[in-house]
Parts: sequence; C-alpha cells; structure tokens
Amino acid sequence: MDFAPHLFLATLEGAITAAVISLTAVGLSLVFGIMRVVNVAHGEFFMLGAVVAWWVASTLGGHAALGFLAALIIAPLFVGLMAALADRLVLERLNYDLERTIVATIGLLYVIQQVALMTFGPDARPVEAPFDLRIAIPWFEFSDTGVNLIWPWGLATTGYKLAVIAAAAIIVTSIIVFLKRSRFGLMMRATQMDSEMASAFGIPVRRVYCVVFGLGAALAALGAVLIVPIQQAHYLMGGDPLLLSFIVVIIGGLGSLPGTILAAVLIGMSDGIISVFFSPTLAKILATLLVALVLIFRPHGLFGHHTS
Amino acid sequence: MTKSLHISVLTSLVLLFFVVSDYHDGNLARIMVLAIYAVGYNLLFGYTGLLSLGHALFFAAGMYGLALPIQHLGVSPIEAFAMGLASAATVSLVIGFLALRTTGAAFMIVTLMFAQAGFLALLYFGQWTRGDEGFVIQQADRIIAGIDFSQSTERYFAAFVLFAVAYLLIAWLISTPFGKCLIAIRENEERAQMLGYDVHRHKLLAMLVSGTLSGASGAAYAFLFGYAGATFASVQYSILPLLWVLLGGAGTTIGPLIGTAFAFYLIDISSHFTTAHLLVVGLAIVLLTLFAPQGLAGEIRNRLISWLP
Repeated sequence: MDFAPHLFLATLEGAITAAVISLTAVGLSLVFGIMRVVNVAHGEFFMLGAVVAWWVASTLGGHAALGFLAALIIAPLFVGLMAALADRLVLERLNYDLERTIVATIGLLYVIQQVALMTFGPDARPVEAPFDLRIAIPWFEFSDTGVNLIWPWGLATTGYKLAVIAAAAIIVTSIIVFLKRSRFGLMMRATQMDSEMASAFGIPVRRVYCVVFGLGAALAALGAVLIVPIQQAHYLMGGDPLLLSFIVVIIGGLGSLPGTILAAVLIGMSDGIISVFFSPTLAKILATLLVALVLIFRPHGLFGHHTS
Repeated sequence: MTKSLHISVLTSLVLLFFVVSDYHDGNLARIMVLAIYAVGYNLLFGYTGLLSLGHALFFAAGMYGLALPIQHLGVSPIEAFAMGLASAATVSLVIGFLALRTTGAAFMIVTLMFAQAGFLALLYFGQWTRGDEGFVIQQADRIIAGIDFSQSTERYFAAFVLFAVAYLLIAWLISTPFGKCLIAIRENEERAQMLGYDVHRHKLLAMLVSGTLSGASGAAYAFLFGYAGATFASVQYSILPLLWVLLGGAGTTIGPLIGTAFAFYLIDISSHFTTAHLLVVGLAIVLLTLFAPQGLAGEIRNRLISWLP
C-alpha cells in the first residue's frame, strides 16, 4: 500500500480513539469543572463499563445486537450508580477537598481494579459487534488515462467503527445541549460558577455533585461499551484512557468543554497517526511531556480562557 | 527526649536482626531500604506540603543510575552508587525547577506526567533497560572490598546504615532554620513569603533533598537485591511512598518507617490469601483519608505523646 492510503487508515484509527476519548474526557472535565475534583479512578469506571458490557452480553446470549444494546443501557447506568454511591460514601465525607479526594480516588482505583480482577479474572474477553459490515474504501490513482478509482487490498474498515464515531458525536452533542437547555444543566452551570451562591439560591449543590460524578463515570462507561467490540475487556484497560483523558482535559483547558472536545480530536488523531507510523510508546511519551509543559507554561490550557 | 527516641529506634532495628528469623531479616532489610524512599517523600509531602505523584521517577533515576553503569560499563559499585545519587539529584533539580512553577492539582499532574514519560522512556529504550522484564545485577558485581552484599547479614547492616543516615539527616534538617521554614511554607505559604523567605528556593532545595534520598533508596534497592526493572518507575511506585507516609503519619520523623513496615506486612500477609493484594492497599488508602488523615504516628502524637517529632 502507498503512503497516502496508509495515512488515511491511520487517521481513521485515530478518529476512533478521538471518539472514545472525547466521551471519557468530557466526563472527567465535567467532574473537574463542576466539582473541582480530580478523579483518578476515572479510568477504572471506563474498565468497569467494559466488564459490565461483557457480562450483560454473555448472560443474555441471543443475537449480538440484542446483547450489545442491553449493555449500552445497563453498563453506564450501573457504573453511574456505583460512582454516585462512591460520591456519597467517600467524596462527600471529605468535603470535596482537592488533595484528599485525589488520594481517596487513588484508593478507589485499586479497589475497583482488584475487585474486577477477583470476579472477572485476568483474561481479556471480547464482546461481539452488533453488526458485521466490512466496507472497502476506494482510492484515486493518476495514470495515463486520467484519474482511476482503485480498491487497494487492505484498505477497508468496518461499518461498526464508523458507527462508533457517529455515536460519540451524537452523545457529546446531546451533553452540550443538555447543559445549555435543560433545567438541570442550568443548575450544573450555576454550581460550576459559584457553588456557594448557587446554594444560597436554593440549588441542591450536594445532589448536583452526586449526579455529576455519576454522569461523568457513566460517560466513561459509555465510551468503554462502544470500544469493547473493537478492543477486548480487561481488568487493566483503564490506564490508557485515564492518561489520555487527563492529557485531553489539560490541553483543552481544565473544565472547558469545547476545549476538551477540540483537544480530544487533536490528541486522538495524533495518537493514532504516531502510533501507526512510529510506536505507541513514543506517541504517549510525547503526549505526556506536552501535557506537563502545557500545565507549566500555559496553565489554562491551549484553548482555555483566563479566569480569575 | 527526641534524641533518646532516635537512639532507641535505631538500636531496636539493630537488635531486631538478632531476634527475628531469617525470613523477617530479609523483609526488614527491604523495609529499611524502602523506608529511605518514604523518608525522602515525607520531607516534601509531610514537611513542605507538596504532594508529588511522580517520585517513582527519582527512585528509578537512582536505580538505573546505579544499575546501567554496572551492567553496561562495568563500573565499580561505589562509583555506580555515586552515579545513582548524581542522576537522582540532577533529575529532581530539573523536574523541581519546572514543576514548582505550578501549585496544587497542577503540581500533582505535572509530576505524574513527567514520571509517566520517564516510565515510558524506560520501556522505549528496552534495548538497554530490558523494559518491564528488567535485569539482574550479578553477585560478582555486588562485592565491595571483599564484602559480599548479597548475603543476608551484610545486606541487613548495609540497609540499616543507609536508613540511619537518611533518618538522622531528616531529623537534623527539620530542627534547623531551613527545616522550620519548610514547615512554615506548609502551614501558610503566603505568610512565609511575606516574612521574607525565598519560598521558591526552599521548595526547590526540599525537592532536591527529597528526590536524592528517593534515588538513594532506588540505588540501594538495585544493589542490595540485585535487580532493576521498569515496574519500579510505574505509577504504582509513585503512589506507594504516599501510602506509606499517610499510613505512618505525614510530617513525623518516625512515621515513614512505621508506615512502610505496616504496609509491607499488610501486603505480605494478605498475599497469602489472595492474588488481588492491591485491594488491601486501595481500601487502606480510602479508610485512612476518611478516618485517620494524620496516620499512625500522627494519631499517637494527638492522643498520647505530644512532643513526638
């Protein structure tokens, strides 16, 4: 295969990473923006989503699409509820203190991961894609007779991968609409601006926190359910999405949603492309160094605004 | 009072060697080496109030600073130990210089990211570092002046001497004006600044001492236990000293040793029952932040002995 079609394939893989990362990163960004909590256990909620998806799909049996659709509803709900419970049991008691919640979520990370190891086991397990559709991609070739349409061998994708990108775009858009248009979204934005003032106006801030923490985890789980037919479910799969979401949230500006989405596309794409042409490790080294330098020299992110 | 406490802590470590079985001697040597790491971490977290999530980078800088020259250049152990210290000191100065421009959550994330980049770099250059698999330092390379440090008695007392140096260094340091200023920064950074202290320079020096001690622990670990691997640079090894210091009591001289020993035996005992022994670590962290944020020594100080340093 030539360079250009190869690059196109790499971009497509990058777009899938970007789609999934935008979901997890928006979850992380909501939690940080509204609650001022750095949730280190976010990656484990992602993993939990994948594990629950496998569990639902394998218990239900029947057609692959049936199991997958059930997982798409049950996994985020279950993970969201677990997160809300963790908020009530742990974070609320710590008074959402920034440093102590970081330490506590590190503890939660180990608890969730090890419970998954004890119940789900150390093996990677697949979930079947809801539909199986292989799409060959045509390519252009310039020859003596003009432009030809060719079908290079290996240049293909599955319909499911395209569906993942579309689904992520729809979910992220609906989150933005929910924040902008709904009554609860208004409460969330008010809490983000000034939680004391919001509380004075009768907004149940504690309940908002609880829902936001659940929602953030549910978004991570949703991303995991979408990716699990492409990657497999494994108890250690939370590390990479956690790192990537952190990177995305920081480059996009802590707590800024449009910045986060833009950064997700940027980081996801470049991660995909560098991983294909160089090595995934090199891609991650560059990304982590970039984050550290951005935080040092542009603490509000590349796209963030200066607030007091 | 405090002097007799330090003396009795160190004497009992010597006496323990003769009392407990060989198995526990091995464990105690490991605990003392790792406690140096915790002592170093405590200076930054417990006394200066800076929460770093990237100390594994300094530990690994010491470990590989010693192990790589021995493995690839055939350097003698003493020179290699000096190289380990020098590499940890350099890395902590550079990271300190960059990361101390940030505060709070940003500081944690910046240190985490640098450590992650270091860990990934160790994997990337696997040709020399042998990545996750790591490499063994041969017994022949672990002899200084005819003393074989792979033997349990020699190893125990080498670990003891290094720990004693680190322990007394920090106990002395926090009684000096420099140490008092670090505590002032922890309590109220703006006030310390307003009183005319150069806060940035103090933090940087704390980072240097803390990182170099962590590196000394890494170098000693590689030398005494004959192994270097990329796992020691992973996030988990950045979190462990935080756990040890939290368990034992942040900002107490004795806390790091208590915490390291407690966590070591907690994991040692729980791994008899389950492979998921990290579950115990996780639960311990959550319960500690909820119920005993001051740690074991901190609780003792609050309830029993108010003069505990």
